[in-house]
Order: sequence, then C-alpha cells, then structure tokens
Amino acid sequence: MSRAKDVLLDPLFNKNPIGLQILGICSALAVTSKLETVIVMCLAVIFVISGSNVSVSLIRRQIPSSIRIIVQITIIATLVIIVDQFLKAYAFGISKQLSVFVGLIITNCIVLGRAEGFAMKNPPGLSFLDGFGNGLGYSIILILVAFCRELFGAGKLLGFSILPNTSEGGWYLPNGLMLLPPSAFFIIGLLIWALRTWKTDQVEEEN
Amino acid sequence: MLEHYLSLLIKSIFIENMALAFFLGMCTFLAVSKKVDTSFGLGVAVVVVQTITVPANNLIFQFLLKPGALSWLGVSDTDLTFIGLICYIGVIAAIVQVLEMVLDRYVPALYNSLGIFLPLITVNCAILGGSLFMVERDYTFAESVVFGFGSGAGWALAIVALAGIREKLKYADVPDGLRGLGITFMIVGLMAMAFMAFSGIQL
Repeated sequence: MSRAKDVLLDPLFNKNPIGLQILGICSALAVTSKLETVIVMCLAVIFVISGSNVSVSLIRRQIPSSIRIIVQITIIATLVIIVDQFLKAYAFGISKQLSVFVGLIITNCIVLGRAEGFAMKNPPGLSFLDGFGNGLGYSIILILVAFCRELFGAGKLLGFSILPNTSEGGWYLPNGLMLLPPSAFFIIGLLIWALRTWKTDQVEEEN
Repeated sequence: MLEHYLSLLIKSIFIENMALAFFLGMCTFLAVSKKVDTSFGLGVAVVVVQTITVPANNLIFQFLLKPGALSWLGVSDTDLTFIGLICYIGVIAAIVQVLEMVLDRYVPALYNSLGIFLPLITVNCAILGGSLFMVERDYTFAESVVFGFGSGAGWALAIVALAGIREKLKYADVPDGLRGLGITFMIVGLMAMAFMAFSGIQL
C-alpha cells in the first residue's frame, strides 16, 4: 500500500511537476489571473491526465513502441476534445476566457510525460493514482499563484471582495502589476525558492 | 493592403509575443535556453515549422472543418470544428516528421544542426497555440502565412535573448534555492515586462 501512497503524494511536494521537473508551465501562467478560471483549468487537467494514464496503461502491451507517441497524443487529444465540448456546453463564459488554453492541454508536457514515463510501465490502478497525484501537484501551484494574483491584484477572491478597494471607498489600492502577465513569473519564481528552501535536496548544482 | 500585413507581422513578433505575452512553449523555452547556439538552432526550427503548419492548418480549417466548409463536395450543412484539435496536432506531428525526412535527405547540414530539436517541436505549445489563435481570429490564408512566420520569429527572438542573459548569469552569485529554475523565472518576468512596452503601440 505504501507504494500507492508514494505514487499519489510524491508529485505534490517532493517531485512537483512544475517546481522540479519544469513541465506544464506553458498553460500554467496565462490562466492564473483569476481563481475561478484556474479551478476549472485544474479540474480539466486532472481529468485528462488521469484518463490518459489509465487508457495508455490499459493498452500498454498492445502499443507498438515505434508509434507510441502518436497513439498517446491521439488518446490525449480525444480526452481534451471531450473536456472542451463539455465546457462549451455547460460553462460557456469560462470556456471563452480560457480560449485556446483548453486545447493546449494536449501539448501540456505533464500529460505526455506521465503517459510515456509512468503509464507505459505500470498497471492501470497505479497509473490512475500517479496521474491524479501529478494533476494535484500542478493544481496546487496554479491555485497558489492565482490566489496571490487575484487577492493582491483586484482585492477579490472568486469574485467576492476581500480587501475593499479605494475606488469603492475601502482602504486597499489594488496592485495592477499582479494582473499583468509578468507577475506570474515572479510568483512562481518565489514559490520555487520557498519550496527549495524547505526541501533543500532540490537545489540545483552550481555549473 | 501591404500595410495590413506589415502591421500584422510587427504585432505577432513584438506586441503579441508568443513566449512573453502568452507564455506558450515555456517548457522548451526554459529547458533549452542555457546556450545561445542551441537556442538559436531551436528558434530557427520553430520559425520554419510554424511558417508551414499555421497555413497548412488554415487550409484544413477553411476547406474541411469550418461550418459549411464541405460545400465544394456538395454537402453544405456540416460542422466539423469539434474534431479540430485532433486534426491540428496530427498535421503538426506529420509535418514535423516529413520535414525531418526531407531535411535529412536534401539538406544534411541543416538537418544535423536542427535534427535533435525537431521531435521536441511537436509538443511545443507555441506551434499548436499558433494554429489555435489562427482559427480563433479567423485569419485568411495570406494572413496566416504572415502570422505563422511572425509568431515563430518572435518566439525565436525571445529564446535567443534569454539564452544571452543566462550565459552572463554564470558570473552572478545567486542564492542557493533560487539557482537555476528560480532565477530564470525572475529573468523571464523582467523580460516580459520589458516587452510590455510594445503593447502601447497601436497599429
């Protein structure tokens, strides 16, 4: 049982896909200016990554190794299309805000990386946990970033006012920088710094 | 008319820079930017692939997927946009593969310098992102050629600039936890802010 627990919990802090492996940053940054879009994005990624891991793992003995990448991409693309259509049908506003970034889950390196690196060698159950864990690791970073950006950039969380803005007679003057793209880089950089101060074995060698 | 294409080119290179304004292709952007030489090679490969795939996907969208696009076959009420994603990624993977074989056969020198980067490009989000933006903004074929080239060139420019900075960074004394990935994020953030200066330009 401990193996299953490791597989599920390791990606959260010890082997975080964003913090340590530099995977999946592509879509991680642009959607993080609001908490709401990020939560939808994270659910979508968790669904796709667990689904693709299970499917790839189920047919791992049948996939010829020379065309495995294209098979994996096809499975992932199919799952992403399901998510995309679902969002368009039930959450059209959010789907518009996420625009191309739902489609870009296909090229999210975490998904392909886990399919290739884990699901090809492990049974479906473990692969599901691995996919779920990596999805959660990705979500933790994204939600932290979005939390900082929305709280300090607009004084709101999920659209509710937390810090009353000066424009509405409150005391908080919103930090406009937080809503601009570059702030996501600074926040992730600082998060990585904090993570590596805590887990010192992740510090990179001097070259 | 020419002015329109020129402004689209400038816009796609500087104002809507793929890497620094939309964060596309970040994984390779951060991983392969340690040396100017290699990042230049990757940049050129992205420009080439982007210039081919965006117009190719534009044709696919115009003549196969768009609502009513199959009217040249006599079928007028089709809407295949929902399988778009899988088509675009298929086209990209196929074109990258073909390009690799063509270069290997006819331009071995170029193949040797680009070779290792080509497979990486299939999963580079800047490429798929370019095609998706093309569809979302409904570009014509000519516009998509310009946009493909411009967005590729903008990405190449950004990665070469970042590699230049990182080469100099070897001489800096960075705190332990921030070394490597952390400080790179900070630099990219500063670069993105610098590029925001372009966003005031109205074209």
